[in-house]
Amino acid sequence: MIKGLIFNIQRYSLHDGPGIRTTVFLKGCPLDCWWCQNPESISPDPDIMRQPDRCLGCRSCVEACPEGAVRVGETGPVLDRSLCVRCLQCARACPAEALEAVGKEYTVEELFQEAMKDRFIFDNSGGGITFSGGEPLMQPDFLERALKAFQKEAVHTVIDTSGYAPWPIIEQMAALADMFLYDLKLINDLESRRYTGISSRLALDNLQCLVGHGAPVRVRMPVIPGINDHHSNIDAVAETLIECGLEELELIPYHNYGTAKYARLDLEYLPGTIEAPTAEKLGQVKTRLETRGIKILSEDD
Amino acid sequence: MGEEIRGMNERVRKLRQQSVNTEPTISAERAILVTEAYRRYEGKVSAPVLRALTFKHLMENKTICINDDELIVGERGTGPQAAPTYPELCCHTLDDLDVINNRKTISFKVSEEVKKIQDETIIPFWQGRSIRDKIFCRMSPEWLDCYEAGLFTEFMEQRAPGHTVAGDKIYQQGLLDMKEEIADHLAGLDLAGDPDAMARKDQLEAMSICADALITFAGRHAQKARELAAEENNFARKEELLQIAAVCDRVPAHAPGNFREALQYYWFVHLGVITELNTWDAFCPGRLDQHLEPFYYNDLERGSLTRDRARELLQCFWIKFNNQPAPPKVGITLQESGTYTDFANINLGGVKPDGSDGVNEVTYLLLEVIDEMRLLQPSSNVQVSKKSPDLFLKQAGEVIRKGWGQPSVFNAEAVIAELLAQGKSLVDARCGGASGCVETGAFGKESYILTGYFNLVKVLEITLNGGRNPADGKMLGLDTGSPDQLGSFDNLLDAFEKQLRYFIDIKIAGNQAIEKLYAEEMPAPFLSLIIDDCLKNGKDYNAGGARYNTNYVQGVGIGTITDCLAALKKHIYEEKNFTWDELSGLLRENFRGQETRRQYLINNTPHYGNDDNYADTIMQDVFKRFHRTVDGRKTVRGGTYRINMLPTTCHVYFGSVIGATPDGRPAGMPLSEGISPAQGVDLQGPTAVIKSASKMDHLLTGGTLLNMKFTPRVLSGKKGLESLIRLIRAYFILDGHHIQFNVIDAETLREAQKNPEQYRNLIVRVAGYSDYFNNLNEKLQNEIIARTAHELG
Repeated sequence: MIKGLIFNIQRYSLHDGPGIRTTVFLKGCPLDCWWCQNPESISPDPDIMRQPDRCLGCRSCVEACPEGAVRVGETGPVLDRSLCVRCLQCARACPAEALEAVGKEYTVEELFQEAMKDRFIFDNSGGGITFSGGEPLMQPDFLERALKAFQKEAVHTVIDTSGYAPWPIIEQMAALADMFLYDLKLINDLESRRYTGISSRLALDNLQCLVGHGAPVRVRMPVIPGINDHHSNIDAVAETLIECGLEELELIPYHNYGTAKYARLDLEYLPGTIEAPTAEKLGQVKTRLETRGIKILSEDD
Repeated sequence: MGEEIRGMNERVRKLRQQSVNTEPTISAERAILVTEAYRRYEGKVSAPVLRALTFKHLMENKTICINDDELIVGERGTGPQAAPTYPELCCHTLDDLDVINNRKTISFKVSEEVKKIQDETIIPFWQGRSIRDKIFCRMSPEWLDCYEAGLFTEFMEQRAPGHTVAGDKIYQQGLLDMKEEIADHLAGLDLAGDPDAMARKDQLEAMSICADALITFAGRHAQKARELAAEENNFARKEELLQIAAVCDRVPAHAPGNFREALQYYWFVHLGVITELNTWDAFCPGRLDQHLEPFYYNDLERGSLTRDRARELLQCFWIKFNNQPAPPKVGITLQESGTYTDFANINLGGVKPDGSDGVNEVTYLLLEVIDEMRLLQPSSNVQVSKKSPDLFLKQAGEVIRKGWGQPSVFNAEAVIAELLAQGKSLVDARCGGASGCVETGAFGKESYILTGYFNLVKVLEITLNGGRNPADGKMLGLDTGSPDQLGSFDNLLDAFEKQLRYFIDIKIAGNQAIEKLYAEEMPAPFLSLIIDDCLKNGKDYNAGGARYNTNYVQGVGIGTITDCLAALKKHIYEEKNFTWDELSGLLRENFRGQETRRQYLINNTPHYGNDDNYADTIMQDVFKRFHRTVDGRKTVRGGTYRINMLPTTCHVYFGSVIGATPDGRPAGMPLSEGISPAQGVDLQGPTAVIKSASKMDHLLTGGTLLNMKFTPRVLSGKKGLESLIRLIRAYFILDGHHIQFNVIDAETLREAQKNPEQYRNLIVRVAGYSDYFNNLNEKLQNEIIARTAHELG
């Protein structure tokens, strides 16, 4: 049976498509963005997050680990991630959620049951299900079946994607989903490779194909100070949109509220600190885009 | 809506300041006058006439206060924030007065002179004779034991039955018209043939005396206004004072002829009700927007009123409510309801008597007034029906998301269905609404009495301890066996129900005695004038004269008890993760040194509030058992018992008398409030809470209370507001009764930082990203606190 690896199901999501939605976060992402604020979403395998301040010192995790990868230090549990096989026994044993498993397997049926709990609010708000990630297109078989299940019940579906997937997969999903949220980050290929670890070509080609295919697409651009808010990128974004026959863009200001999660995964946050864009900076980006014929959507539109 | 200038003018700003800045005091005037009246009349006349003559003595002699620049006149005390006492109900000791004077919150200044009067005049006359004294004297030993153990509270031990709301009668009839009706009924009495006729005669005569007394009271205001006008140098104010005099000449003697008279009439009636007795939840004009609508349009058409002037009058009216703090409570009643708010709760919207949409221009005007005044009192709520336009909800939502707690939101269709299920007529149900916190009532036609909060979790604690109260080892209940002896979860539930029935029997036996006491000794002939059909029946409000009579017992702690039972079911009976020996030891020791086991219970038990059927079906089961134990019993007044699910602040007191519980709650911590999930256990967001809550059959109750917390960001923007409205509509489609929204302020977030366990459910949202507050590190938490303070500022 096909299973999907999901790291969060968030009900009452207001900004991932129309109405009140349940957003399903699929784990695994082909990108490795410098600024990523959901580092737990990147690996296609389950992760363990440490929250040492919750530790009661009971050592249940140490006893549970078959690999001897966990010890309890003065500041709570410590993981030797080179020994860890991600069996998650330690997280299951922890009574206080000081070790937390990220990523749970769901069958389509299980996901369907869970996500449909809010059908009453989808129906009343014009909402539905949004598949986000990670990159939801990384789990195409699961996604396809899930979309079919919701389509059968006439539930509105949205895919929130970076566009990094082979075109046939996107084409296949476009027949099943009602809408795409499409992220544009960096247009220049070198910059894209540098900051996201991957070429921008595929996503740009796919965007063109997707629009040509007739699927409703809403393009969103995270504004990351010092990385993608310079003039050449903004101009290129505007140009790309116009080439695709699109006129609208939503700006999502960068926030650093996920930075703490790097330490919980024993990862280093490479950029050190990136500050959120100032209102002034956002205004400049907006004006520049607008003078190039792009209408800026707010999260309310 | 036009583009009129919003906000308060100079007059209103000044009056509001006076109301907000004046320190509450105790006034001895009422106590002195009541004592004089009892000295003069007691023993010489019937109880209703004694009460009526006491009311008359008050209305003829109490201080008349007209504040500078006000347009609506009349105070309960000698001035704003001066609270009278009611020694016939509860005679404060000198110690009580010291507590009232010295306590940090909800204090009232008590002057040496007031203390002296209390000591020399009031206490000597009333000690041992007040209703409170009589109640504690008449209750059974079992009742007293349970009361002290915190199994239930008793509403009537220091305030009188009330909880009621005015209908539309006073907008159609003057008190002189009512007097004529009384005279007709008196003339029709068959004193020789009808054994009940004498009691009716006493009651009707008492009501007639009260009608005259309130007219006299208004007349004294007219006289005072003329005196002030004669001395007034400012020409504009002189004119205003003469207008006040003219209004007080007309109402309440005659039916109101315009918008302003309607407000002033209601206000005199309000003062009459809350001066006659210290009624619970004061009094309330109910469907104010609908009552005022015809006057509003009529006056606009005649050119005698503008929208701005109507708003100013309403703002002056609002201030009058805020000038009357709830009279000081003492003892347990203070703990269960610690606030100056007296719970007058104005209803907006809903439907009209013919079932059509009730939202009108005055509704929107009132929403503006609520928003601009931001006063503790009166409370306000919106009655949302499926016919209500979205604009109404949007305007209400705009006020709600500012985060100061008003208005709350009710499901008009659910309120109607509840009233119909209780046997009210369709039209009476449509004219009903919610009063106090969330209580359903047929406005103007029902005496519906909250008799006390009932501690569901304490009953479980006693059940688990074989009938004993673990706090002192005293045998309070029945010996139904320990959980391991009971052998199965179903048997445990049955044992719980047996104990529940036993304690409810004790509570209701006490209620019956108290109800009889009020019916015989403490009638309310003035209130009886206002509530149908007391006049027609010649019977008092407190004796069953109203068209409908209902008594409520309010269940507290449904979230906590559900989680406790879920823990017992899963860990003792199903998975056997704990033996009863181990768990009961943990509870006895308040989990001391066993934090790991406590965390295990918290993190491995299904909780109510997460749309999880494991827990939610247990909630349904407990609710069903509570409902069938109480519902349908008969009251002394000829009414029926029903249940409510609301706590005010009693969940805190009830928690303080309960030891550690199987859900991992430490000893003494508050219980869950209303039908909200226990603190911090709902981790699936607002839609899951609504789904869980709606699995309760709200239509079998007379009110449920659901509190939701949001950070400002979740409610911000068009989408935030629109989603709030959709959430409300969806909850109401599922038959939810009431919902209110707390917008989290910075202070709460600081509290969450200190006590993360209580706030595990707190989600903070940032653009495109949200997380549990607990998951953020301290620095980021601080940043969000700073931002939240800013957003609400």
